[in-house]
Amino acid sequence: MSSVSYEPRADVGDGFHPDMQGEKVSMEGRAESEIPINYLTADNSLKSWLFTIDHKRIAVLYLISITLFFFLGGAAASVVRLNLMTPEGNLIRAETYNKMFTAHGVIMVFFFLIPSIPATLGNFLIPMMIGARDLAFPKINLLSWYLYIIGGIITLFALIMGCVDTGWTFYAPYSSIYSNGWVATTAVGIFIAGFSSILTGFNFIITVHKMRAPGLTWFRLPLFVWSMYATSLIQVLGTPVLAITLLLLAVERIFQVGIFSPQLGGDPVLFQHLFWFYSHPAVYIMILPGMAVISEIITCFSRKPVFGYRFVAFSSIAIAVLSFLLWGHHMFVAGQSTYASLMFSLLSFSVAIPSAIKVFNWTSTLYKGSIRLNTPMLYALGFIGLFAIGGLTGLYLAALATDVHLSDTYFVIAHFHYIMVGAAVMAYLGGLHFWWPKITGRMYPEGWGRTAAIVLFVGFNLTFFPQFIIGYHGMPRRYHSYAPEYQIYNIFSTAGATIMALGYLMPFLYLFWSLKHGAVASENPWRATGLEWQTPSPPPTLNFDRIPIVTKGPYAYSAEDDEILDAQMDIEAARLKLENAAATVAATNEGSTTAHGANGTTNGTTNGTSDGKENPRVG
Amino acid sequence: MSAENPALEHYIAGAPAGNATVDHDAHDEHGDRPIYLAHHFDDMEQQRECVTLGMWSFLATEIMMFGGLFFVYTLYRHFHFAAYKAGSHHLDWKMGTLNTFVLLASSLTMALAVHAAQVREKKKMINFLLATMALGVAFLVIKGFEWTKDWNDGLIPALQWHPQVPAGVDPNNMMMFFIIYFSMTGLHAIHMIIGLAIVGWMTYLGTKDFFTEGNDQPIELIGLYWHFVDIVWVFLFPLLYLIGGITLGAAAHGGGH
Repeated sequence: MSSVSYEPRADVGDGFHPDMQGEKVSMEGRAESEIPINYLTADNSLKSWLFTIDHKRIAVLYLISITLFFFLGGAAASVVRLNLMTPEGNLIRAETYNKMFTAHGVIMVFFFLIPSIPATLGNFLIPMMIGARDLAFPKINLLSWYLYIIGGIITLFALIMGCVDTGWTFYAPYSSIYSNGWVATTAVGIFIAGFSSILTGFNFIITVHKMRAPGLTWFRLPLFVWSMYATSLIQVLGTPVLAITLLLLAVERIFQVGIFSPQLGGDPVLFQHLFWFYSHPAVYIMILPGMAVISEIITCFSRKPVFGYRFVAFSSIAIAVLSFLLWGHHMFVAGQSTYASLMFSLLSFSVAIPSAIKVFNWTSTLYKGSIRLNTPMLYALGFIGLFAIGGLTGLYLAALATDVHLSDTYFVIAHFHYIMVGAAVMAYLGGLHFWWPKITGRMYPEGWGRTAAIVLFVGFNLTFFPQFIIGYHGMPRRYHSYAPEYQIYNIFSTAGATIMALGYLMPFLYLFWSLKHGAVASENPWRATGLEWQTPSPPPTLNFDRIPIVTKGPYAYSAEDDEILDAQMDIEAARLKLENAAATVAATNEGSTTAHGANGTTNGTTNGTSDGKENPRVG
Repeated sequence: MSAENPALEHYIAGAPAGNATVDHDAHDEHGDRPIYLAHHFDDMEQQRECVTLGMWSFLATEIMMFGGLFFVYTLYRHFHFAAYKAGSHHLDWKMGTLNTFVLLASSLTMALAVHAAQVREKKKMINFLLATMALGVAFLVIKGFEWTKDWNDGLIPALQWHPQVPAGVDPNNMMMFFIIYFSMTGLHAIHMIIGLAIVGWMTYLGTKDFFTEGNDQPIELIGLYWHFVDIVWVFLFPLLYLIGGITLGAAAHGGGH
C-alpha cells in the first residue's frame, strides 16, 4: 500500500499534479496486441456483455440502465416543476399532475436511488476492495440485473399505458378503489425489481463475510465496505416485507377484495405500517451508500487517515439497526396510537446520533488535512453541508408537535430531497468521478468536473431551500395548484431546477466524452490506498494478477509521502519539458524534409504504451 | 496478464474440462481444481462456507417475507376473531392433518437423502429424493382436492363466493380470512412447486454422480430449503385450520360451533 513506490509517468494522468495530466490517446487503429487486456477489452461481443458474470461488467450494465431511469424520472420532475410556475397550474391537468409526480417518485426511488450506488459502485468495488476475484455468486449477480430490467420494463409499460396516480407510497384506499391507473402492474414491476435489490444485498453480505483477502480483517476493511454491508442488511431484511405488501396490494386491486381498503373491512393504516417497515429503512438504503462513498473521498482528499475509524464503521451498523425501529414517524397523523408515536419519535431522534458521528468524524478528518479540492472532494463537501441541513430538518419532523404542523407540506419534500438528492445523488456523482479512472481507464476533464459540481450545488439549494419556507407556511404537497402568495418561491424552485438539470447534463456529456478523449488514467491517479487502486486501470477480468496480502489498516495516507511524490512529479515534468524542447529544436533543424521523423523519441523511455502513436507535440 | 501465476491462467481458461478429476481433496491452487469448484473461489472450503451462509441468508429473506403475511394474519385475527373462527370451520381439518403428515414424512426422506449423499450412497440418495418428490406431489394433489372442495362450497373470494355466514359475522371479514388463507397456502404451494423442480433437477444430476463423490453440499442446501417450506406449513396448519378448536366426528363445515 505504500504510495512512495509510485513512479511518475508521462503517458498517464495523475489526479493532482497540474503538469502531469497524461496524454489523450485514442485506442482506435491500434494493433490488438497493443491494447492492454482488461475487463472491458477482454471480449467485446454483445453476448459477452449480456451473459457476463463479471461483477465489473454487471456494474457497467447497471450504470447504463440507472442513468436511463434517472433521466426519465428527471423528465417527470421537470413537468411537475414547470407546472408549479403558476399558482393555477396551467401546464397540465390535475390528473396528469398526479401521474407525473407518481412517475417521478416511483422511478427515482425504486429504479434509480435504491440501485444507484450499491449496484454500480458497490458491485464494481466491493470485490476489488476486499481482494476477491468476484462476488460470491456471480450468476445471481447477473440475475439481479435481469430482474431489475424486467421489473423496470413492466413498470415503464404501466406508466406508458396509463400511469399511476397514487403517489409512490400506494396508500390504500387511493390504490385499492380510487385509482384510475395501472396500480397492480406497477406493483408487480416493483415487486420484481425488489428481488434484484435483495439479491445484490445478499451477494454483498456473503462476499464481505467469506471472500476477504488474506490478512484483511474486519477492522482493516475500507469504510465503504462497512457501509455497504450495513446497506445490504437492510436490503435483505426489509425488501421481502415490501414484496409481500405489494403482492397483497395487487391481489386486493385485481380481485377487488378487502385487505387494506376500509370499505371492504380492511385497515389502511396496516398498509402504511407494512409499507414503511420497508420504505423507511429504504431511505437508509439510499443514504448509507452515499456515506460509504464520502468516507473514502474525504480521507483521500484530506491526505489523512479517517478520524475515528471504528466509530464511523459502527455508526453504519447502528443506522441499519435503528432504521428498522422508526417507521412509525411517517404515521404521526395517520391515527396511530399516541404512545406508539411517542416511542417512534424518540427512536427517530436517536438515529441522529450515528448520523452526527459520521458528520463530525468527516469534519475532524478534514481538520489539519492537506485538502485537495478536486471534483470528488467538491461533491463530498457539498454532501456534508446538504446532509447536515437535511438531517437537522429531519429532527423537526421527528418531533411530534412540529410534525403535526409540517406533515404533508413542502417542508417534508425539501427535507427528504436534501437527503436523497442533495446528499445521495451528490455522493453518487462524487463516487462516479472518484472511481471513473478505475472503471473506464480515462480521466474526466477536471475543470468541467469542478464547474458541474458547483453548478449542481447552487441549483440544488435554489430549488429546495425555498420549499422549506413555503412548507413551513403551509403549502401542501401533491397539489397541482396553490395559493398565489407562494408563487415567488415556486419560481425560485423552478429556476433552480433548471440550473440543476444543467448540472446533471454536464457530467453526463463530459463523462461520455472522456471515454474516447479523456487522458489515459494511471493505475492510481488519486494516490489512494485501497486495494482497488493496486491493480491496472481498468482492471483485468479477475481483478488481480496476484491476490494481495493485507498487512495494515485501510487509510495509510501521509502528507509527507505526498510531498515527495509531488517533488518527483515536478522533476519528471521538468525533464519532459526539456525533452520536448530538444525534440522541437531537432525537428526545426531537420527542416521540412522529414517532418514526422521525430515520432516516438520524446518520451519513449518511460512510456510503454504510447510507442508508435502520433505525438501531438511534434511537427 | 498472469504469466507469473499459472493458477490464474487456469481460472481464465474457464471451468476445468469435463475430464477433470472429481476428487474433493484436490483443492490446491496449483493442483487440479475439482470440477464443481467455481472459478472465483480459492478452494472448496471457501465455496462451501459461502453457499452455506448464502442459503441461510436466503432463508432469512423468506422468513421476512412470510413474516409480513403472518403479521397481517395476526392483526386481523385479533380484530375479527369471530370471522376467522367461522372461516376456519369451513376448512377441512382432516385433509389439512393428512397433508401435515405427508409433508413431515417428506422432510424425513429428505433428511435421509442428505445423509445418503454424505456417505456417498448414490442409489439410496436417488431413491430418497424420489420419495421426497412423491410425497411433495401428494401434498399438492391433496391441496388441489381441498381447493376444489372450497370452490364447490363457494369459498373463493371474488371468483366463487357464496359461503354460509353465521349471524354476527361481517361477511367482508370472513372474505378477508379466505383471502389470507389462499395467499398463505398459495405462496406456500408456489414454494413447494419450486422445491419440487429443484429436487427433480438434483435427482437427475445425482444419477450422473454429481453429489456422491464428495460434493454433497447442494443436496444439503436443498434439504434446508425443503425443511423450511415444511416448517412454514407446520405453522400454517394450526393457524388456519384449528381456530377455536375442532369438533371430532361433526361435519367440518356448518360454522355452528
